Amino acid sequence: MGTKVQDIREDTGGYKYGWNDPEFKAVNVPQKGLNQGVVAGISEMKSEPAWMRDFRLKAYRHWEERPMPTGFWGGNIQNYDLDFNDIYYYVKPVAEQGRSWDEIPAEIKRTFDRLGIPEAERKFLSGVEAQYDSEVVYHNIREDLQKLGVIFVDTDSAVREHEDLVKEYFGTVVPPNDNKFAALNSAVWSGGSFIYVPAGVKVPMPLQAYFRINTENMGQFERTLIIAEEGSDIHYVEGCTAPTYSSDSLHSAVVEIVVKKGARVRYTTIQNWSDNVFNLVTKRMAVYGEGVGEWVDGNLGSKLTMKYPSTYLLEPGAHGEILSLAMAGPGQHQDAGGKVIHAAPHTTSVINSKSVSKGSGRTSYRGHLKVYPGAKGVKSTVRCDALLLDEESRSDTYPLMDIDEQQVTIGHEASVSKLGEEQLFYLMSRGIDEAEAAKMIVNGFVEPIVKELPMEYAVELNRLVELQMEGAVG
Amino acid sequence: MASKDAPLFKIEDLHVSVEGTEILKGVDLTVERGEVHALMGPNGSGKSTLANAIMGHPRYEVTSGSVLLHGEDVLSLTPDKRAQLGLFLAFQYPVGIPGVVMGNFLRSALKARHGEDVPVREFRKLLDETLDLLKMDPAFVRRYVNEGFSGGEKKRAEVLQMAMLKPEMAVLDETDSGLDIDALKTVAEGVNALRGPDLGALVITHYQRILDYITPDFVHVLFNGRIVKSGGPDLVHELEERGYDWIIQEHAPTTAGAGKGES
Repeated sequence: MGTKVQDIREDTGGYKYGWNDPEFKAVNVPQKGLNQGVVAGISEMKSEPAWMRDFRLKAYRHWEERPMPTGFWGGNIQNYDLDFNDIYYYVKPVAEQGRSWDEIPAEIKRTFDRLGIPEAERKFLSGVEAQYDSEVVYHNIREDLQKLGVIFVDTDSAVREHEDLVKEYFGTVVPPNDNKFAALNSAVWSGGSFIYVPAGVKVPMPLQAYFRINTENMGQFERTLIIAEEGSDIHYVEGCTAPTYSSDSLHSAVVEIVVKKGARVRYTTIQNWSDNVFNLVTKRMAVYGEGVGEWVDGNLGSKLTMKYPSTYLLEPGAHGEILSLAMAGPGQHQDAGGKVIHAAPHTTSVINSKSVSKGSGRTSYRGHLKVYPGAKGVKSTVRCDALLLDEESRSDTYPLMDIDEQQVTIGHEASVSKLGEEQLFYLMSRGIDEAEAAKMIVNGFVEPIVKELPMEYAVELNRLVELQMEGAVG
Repeated sequence: MASKDAPLFKIEDLHVSVEGTEILKGVDLTVERGEVHALMGPNGSGKSTLANAIMGHPRYEVTSGSVLLHGEDVLSLTPDKRAQLGLFLAFQYPVGIPGVVMGNFLRSALKARHGEDVPVREFRKLLDETLDLLKMDPAFVRRYVNEGFSGGEKKRAEVLQMAMLKPEMAVLDETDSGLDIDALKTVAEGVNALRGPDLGALVITHYQRILDYITPDFVHVLFNGRIVKSGGPDLVHELEERGYDWIIQEHAPTTAGAGKGES
């Protein structure tokens, strides 16, 4: 196992999405750095109502006042030299959003073609949204779903077209003062998805959003809000990639989800940022009676990810699941995990985390399981497994449990294993070469997460895992 | 160099150490095409070490000697290359590989063995026939490799792989251990069905039991890292009646320190 993954990545192009589009020119004149004027300027360019402008400015004050997180949560961001004044906070890609791919500027369309988005849309999606730097450049949803009252637009359009709905829910699940980066997003947010599923409507195929960064030193701050009315069902998938630059980029999103009685929301992420992107994201869902909220969180890319999707189970019978997959290679730290808050009796949850570290990469599982007093009959199982591919890699588990109720059933299991010599030998004794054998073992290790994905994404994820594995062994 | 005239499989003066302790102290053995050899011996004699060294387990260090397949020394080859040339090891303790589906694994192994993909239909047919031969439930191929298998299922899965990969030289390491008599019979039937003029086999066992069902052409006794006795099938019965003690006594005086560092 002497070969270092760094060397191989150059040979094979390891990260496939690292190109950039040099012809791209922003519609606005982007400026680096952040101050109150920049925040007000973003609101002005978007012609927002006063309440949103005030929301942003208030959030900006939180951002200014709060120190960088150094407590339990977070992956020691203070140890990195990320310069928030060297970031573009708003890069407007197009003057007008398109409803067909033909309306998109050719160079931007080329990017999404290369990423396979229009093809995926034709084949197996109910709707697609594509964000390029700060704005959504394309979005579309199947007409039949639109007729049923399903809303799927970018959040900026939602503020204009569905202001009452947005105003009712925006910032209620993740308040602007929740944490430093939620405050940042609340101040400068742009783009993201707004989804409203009326009561009883079941969206048959996933809605997908694709987030692409193009500009160097870009800060992308999409804001997503999903409201699933009673008995509805929706699966939302997001993918993200960026060019590889030698300087830092920043992605700091906020996702808020409301799962009403008997509804089900699954939110799947396949995060594959280039390894110069800081990925600092706050994701939370509020789940009401008998509702089901599921996070499938795949983290393969980025330099540092700090993301702990959380699920608040607020009424009896609510169920939450967090399936987390993290892969960290050279120079990467995936600080991921999840939180489940049992605030009502007879709520149930499952957290299943799998991480793979290689070539000095680092993964951390940070979890919080909280059961409120009186939440009798809560059942929860937490399982975290880490796989280390070499001696230089690192994995840590930080499970936090606050159980303030006696009548509960809680299970917790954690394991750290090294890529097994016996497993490699076994597969190789059947003629399979070492690199292929290692891929099979790693793909097998992540299988419990991958099998939860729709087939097309499972294939994609397996492929990404294999790509990440190129040269990890041998 | 591979040669037509060379024996199928030949081990010459093989010395193997594990973590600095010499376990095999000069093993010589020749298996011709179509022959089944049994290798017997008491615990700690080095039987499993021989099996692992033949296949190239990285923890078993060959300090001298050679292992020739078709006259070509395979010791410098990684286990996958050895398998591609037609060597096969049925493991005593097959390791579980979570998340890797048996069917996919078999397909990958078959592809590696043949150097090209096997058409799905052909693969299915071969798989169904082999499952049938070994009286295995077709649902088996959807399970993860060796995960949660019973002892009998594990051993049957090894023979299943052997049947599908059609090796030229197979080493079966205590394939009988941990099996009840019915499972033993099924496994033995499977192995017998694979016997033929092209297959050479080395059946490693502690007990004679499996040799009641797989009649060997030659029998060897391994003791203290060396083959100390060879003979025909009759030797099995002699061992059955007399145990290993007479062999140990015959050889103990000349092998001072026997048993040290072995398990």
